[in-house]
Amino acid sequence: MNLTTCLMLSAALFAIGAFGLVTRRNLIAALMSLELMVIAALINFIAFARFGVHSAGHPESGSVFALFAVAVTAAEMALALAIVIAVHRQRKHLDVRELDGLHG
Amino acid sequence: MAEAIGNGGVLGLMGMIGYGILALPFLSFLVNGLWLGRKSAKASAWTATLLMAMTLILAVFLALYYRGQVLMHPDAHPDRSLMLWDHSWMSFALEPGTVLAAKFGFLLDPISMMMVLVISFISFLVNLYSIGYMKDDKGAGRFFPLLAFFSFTMLGLVVSSNLAQTFFFWELVGAASYLLIGFWYAKPSAVAASKKAFVLTRLADAFFLMGLLVTGIVAGGFDFARLNGPEAADSLNHTVGGGIFACNLLTLGTLGIYLGAWGKSAMFPFHVWLPDAMEGPTPVSSLIHSATMVVAGVYLTARLFPLFSAAEHTLRVVEFTGAFTAVFAAAIACAQTDLKRILAFSTLSQLGLMMFALGTGGEAYTASMFHIFTHAFFKCLLFLSAGVVIHAVHGNDVRDAGGLRKLLPRTYWSTLIAVLAIAGIFPFAGFFSKEEILHAAFASGRYGAFLAGLATSALTAFYMSRYFFLVFHGKRRGHAALATAPGAGASHDGRGQAESDSSGPGPIHEGFLMTLPIVILAVPSALAGWLGKDFFRAQMRLWPLDSMGEGAAGLSHGIHVAGGASGAEWLPIVATLLAVSGMAVSWYWYGMKNRGPGFPGRIAPAWYRVLANKFYVDEAYLFLAKRVAGRWIARPADWIERHIVNGAFDWVTGALRGIAFLQSLFHNGQIQVYIFVALTGLVVLALTAGLGF
Amino acid sequence: MDASWFLTATWVLPLLSAAALMAFPAEGQSAIKRFSLLANGLNLAIILGLFGLFLRNPPEAVSGSTAPALAFVTDVAWFRDWGIRYHVGVDAISLSLMLLAGIVVFCGTLASWNVRDRTKEFFILLQVLAAGVFGSFIAFDLFAFFVFNELTLIPTYLLIGMFGSGRKEFAAMKLNLMLMGGSALILLGILGLFIESGKHTFDIVELSQVHFDRDFQMWGFPVVFLGFAILGNLFPFHIWSPDGHASAPTAVSMFLAGVHMKLGSYGCLRIAIYLMPEGARAWMDVFLVLAAAGVVWGGIVAVRQKDLKYLNAYSSVSHCGLVFLGLAVLNPVGLRGAVMQMLAHGLITAAIFCLIGMIYARTHTRRIPEMSGLMARMPFLSVSFIIAGFAALGLPGLAGFAAELNVFLGGFSADNPLAIVCSAFAVLSIVVTAIYVLRATNAILHGPPATSSAAISPAATASAAIAATAAAPTAPAATAALTDATWLERVPVVLLLACIILMGLFPGRIADLIDQALVPILNNLNR
Repeated sequence: MNLTTCLMLSAALFAIGAFGLVTRRNLIAALMSLELMVIAALINFIAFARFGVHSAGHPESGSVFALFAVAVTAAEMALALAIVIAVHRQRKHLDVRELDGLHG
Repeated sequence: MAEAIGNGGVLGLMGMIGYGILALPFLSFLVNGLWLGRKSAKASAWTATLLMAMTLILAVFLALYYRGQVLMHPDAHPDRSLMLWDHSWMSFALEPGTVLAAKFGFLLDPISMMMVLVISFISFLVNLYSIGYMKDDKGAGRFFPLLAFFSFTMLGLVVSSNLAQTFFFWELVGAASYLLIGFWYAKPSAVAASKKAFVLTRLADAFFLMGLLVTGIVAGGFDFARLNGPEAADSLNHTVGGGIFACNLLTLGTLGIYLGAWGKSAMFPFHVWLPDAMEGPTPVSSLIHSATMVVAGVYLTARLFPLFSAAEHTLRVVEFTGAFTAVFAAAIACAQTDLKRILAFSTLSQLGLMMFALGTGGEAYTASMFHIFTHAFFKCLLFLSAGVVIHAVHGNDVRDAGGLRKLLPRTYWSTLIAVLAIAGIFPFAGFFSKEEILHAAFASGRYGAFLAGLATSALTAFYMSRYFFLVFHGKRRGHAALATAPGAGASHDGRGQAESDSSGPGPIHEGFLMTLPIVILAVPSALAGWLGKDFFRAQMRLWPLDSMGEGAAGLSHGIHVAGGASGAEWLPIVATLLAVSGMAVSWYWYGMKNRGPGFPGRIAPAWYRVLANKFYVDEAYLFLAKRVAGRWIARPADWIERHIVNGAFDWVTGALRGIAFLQSLFHNGQIQVYIFVALTGLVVLALTAGLGF
Repeated sequence: MDASWFLTATWVLPLLSAAALMAFPAEGQSAIKRFSLLANGLNLAIILGLFGLFLRNPPEAVSGSTAPALAFVTDVAWFRDWGIRYHVGVDAISLSLMLLAGIVVFCGTLASWNVRDRTKEFFILLQVLAAGVFGSFIAFDLFAFFVFNELTLIPTYLLIGMFGSGRKEFAAMKLNLMLMGGSALILLGILGLFIESGKHTFDIVELSQVHFDRDFQMWGFPVVFLGFAILGNLFPFHIWSPDGHASAPTAVSMFLAGVHMKLGSYGCLRIAIYLMPEGARAWMDVFLVLAAAGVVWGGIVAVRQKDLKYLNAYSSVSHCGLVFLGLAVLNPVGLRGAVMQMLAHGLITAAIFCLIGMIYARTHTRRIPEMSGLMARMPFLSVSFIIAGFAALGLPGLAGFAAELNVFLGGFSADNPLAIVCSAFAVLSIVVTAIYVLRATNAILHGPPATSSAAISPAATASAAIAATAAAPTAPAATAALTDATWLERVPVVLLLACIILMGLFPGRIADLIDQALVPILNNLNR
């Protein structure tokens, strides 16, 4: 296991997440895809902290940041799910394609 | 040319008189136009006439002074000219340091003095005549100021000290003519005629302006003194351009200027405006379109005669257009039935005579000026008497006239004198001036022009006596023909003293104010030639001949030949015989046999039709204007302007709108599309960065 | 007090009066109009006073200098860090254009007396427009010039869009888009001048001392010239003007065509030609051809127009072409002719638009075929129209001829054969001018009087007003008889015509003044 494999894993996760985010019609599935992308980023943090060039100084900083991000993401997800519920209450569906309120 | 006269006091007085001559008609225009004309037409008519009489008196004074100061002292004034004053109007600093000055001056020399006298005299008489002629016209208050404006501009034109001033007044004269032709503005034919006259002369004037600019710039000044000097012709006489564009500046400049004269004097093919101009009131036709304005072209050519003499090609053009127009118009006049149009074509023909005389060069200069002088009187008379006839018969058509000898005796005798004068019968005025022209043409060896002159003489005698016999002899043809008179002319022009008489011949009488000018004009029509010939021969020449370089040599040669009067003693006899035979034919047909005006149509219908339709030149113009210029220039231009030039704006805005629309396809409100676009952009950025762009 | 304060007052006063007008009650129609007239009259008086002072004591130019000799100068720092200064002053060219603007604004105010709808807004916008134009003419700092120039665009847009007629929104949009495009080019050029000069200044006087790099001039000149030429109505960038003029209310048409357009040709002279003479020499052939094409094209297209305002708008294209022709020959007489043509055309076109507005107010149509024989009903307006028309077709004794003669003389005396050819075409166009002017005057003023207008066009309901007497029973809506101009309406017409005649009869003095002001520009050109 080295930096390259970690990064490849992260890239794959990110690609899967991005693909899912753009293609899934269900709002929750899209959110899950988004979460995959966040995870991909976190893996990068940890991987660079473990194998990276500058890891000698503060190897723990990457892990701390990842933990911090997980907490923020959790909060974020809670908020997102609240919105999802609100949307579902109002619209009775969660199809992303129908949610084009941004279109002026 | 413009040296000050020794006695400053006299010059000062003459200068004041010069101002007065221009100021009085202008004053008349202002007072009548702005105020009096609207208050009382009658008062304005008398005011205008009075002021014109004062102008005439001043002109006579000026002439006496001029004679005493200049003509009597040929040593002090070798070129016979005197500049009364010459104010700068605007000057132009050209780049190489030469300054062109457009000035406003008063140049007196034999020809301008003669023109000032003629114009003020004729203007005065026409004003007098118009008091009677226009007294029942509702627009009379408008008429007199315009007439005064015309007199002012015409006087300003003839006393010009430089070409720019000539152009200035040249255009104003045209505007005055436009306003007076369209005087009866409610009459569509008059309005159309006024536009036609202005636009056609304007076309000629555009070339005049170009010729003026080229000549002035190359010669380094607009002053006639400079342009007529030898160095002007030398500096102009070089060729520019190359290949088919090679042109001699002297020819180009003088030809341009001559084109202005061509249009104003209505030489073929610019002639079409003049017969139509007869839509104006008769006094206007008399003053502007026969006696004064239309000779402005001849006058201009004469004014620049030394310069023209150096330009051989231009002189040939002058000669040819003049000779052609003389015969052409005379032929058409033989087949017209409108009183005033017959006279109009007669004017054209006479103008042609004057013009080709100038074109033959040399002695003819004197002859041409002489003919301007005599022609002014008898042609003015003819028009004024035509006005009386029109009043009497309520129509412009000779078919409505006839047998008016008893009814209008004074007009009859006066017209007879004028007809004899224009026909060139000894000892009436036209005989002498026409003789001079023919003589000069013969002497200069321009036989083509000479023959044209002879033919014109014969034709003139024919159509003028035709006119005379048809109007005054025979039986009254159509007093009830009011409704059949062509155009609306009758309803407007046939108004005046005989208004009460619409049911029959009745008591037609000649109003005093209208016959007085006619009778007065009969005097110079009879005597001006006899009395004037020696004066003109002695004084109406170009001075000094020896300072005019190359052109002058030919000139003085021509004068010597003509002055010798060698080998042409037979000429007056031949010309008189031709004139008499023309009159005889006319008398036989119209006087004795009492044929109708359309009689020759029975002998040679095709020819007659062509002549009656004026060689279809008007139709050709109409075709050019409507079908060619209208359809192939103006209409496509309008289309291109709307759909291509303006369309460019619509295309550009359309393209921008299209781009905006394409962009808006991605802005559909779906978050996933946004993300996709953002990610794609990110990838593209990353790739380009990675590839090192 | 120093007279230079009054120069600044010429643009401050309209702005202040606009602000004051905001406080007026909207219903007080006549109070608003009178106040505007007072303000504009005061402004005209100030300009006349300045003109008098200028004539008495004209600024002396240093012989051979390329710096303009200015009068009434105010020069204070505005944005010090950017080298932007409030530098105003006048030479004879800008002062005579100021006078033109003052006269036209004054006459325009009088000509707007019949505005009834949203009067307050109308006059406020008119004042702002005037302020922008006055400011532009006196500014000798590129940045200030640009700011004032932009200030004119907004009121123009609103005035046409709100108070116009016909396709007014389209016309306003088209006009503003085109002029904004021009402004973008101007801004580009101004920044180029600022950077290239290396002097950290926008000051025209200082920039005129800089010899700009030839490579810069080769692109800087066409950019700036074109930017101004769009405003100045150069063919084929004139397309905003016919629509704009036709849709604009009378006073705005007068002001747009009479004064605002002159800002464009003034900028071409003052900024493009003056500061980048080498570029001017290199590019002039192009602009010569465009100018001559505009002269001829405008005339030919005008012949076909049926709407009086479009007719005059295309006539303006033709006459503004003469301005550019004078500029493009780049010699003293030509440049003088260009400036004189700006003045002459400003007066003439303002007079014609003013008269068209008054005729329209009576006949309720501007279409030539729907009018006839107005001379019998309104002699004053008709005679004025004929005089103005004669001035437009360049009749001597009126302003147009004095200017055109200079332009033509400049063109024919140029060394450049192309200039001579172009001038020849331009001279020929005077025939076309005569055709469309006389066609219009003959059609609307002459002909059978209006009482017999049954023959004109029975379908044309808009002409019912003319036909009022004949068709009174069928057209009750338009029974108003045609009347001649009121005394109030005669004032602007007489004022404008008097200026036209004065300039036409005595052009020598103004020509001399312009000559003096052109000296530094010519020195720069011949450097």
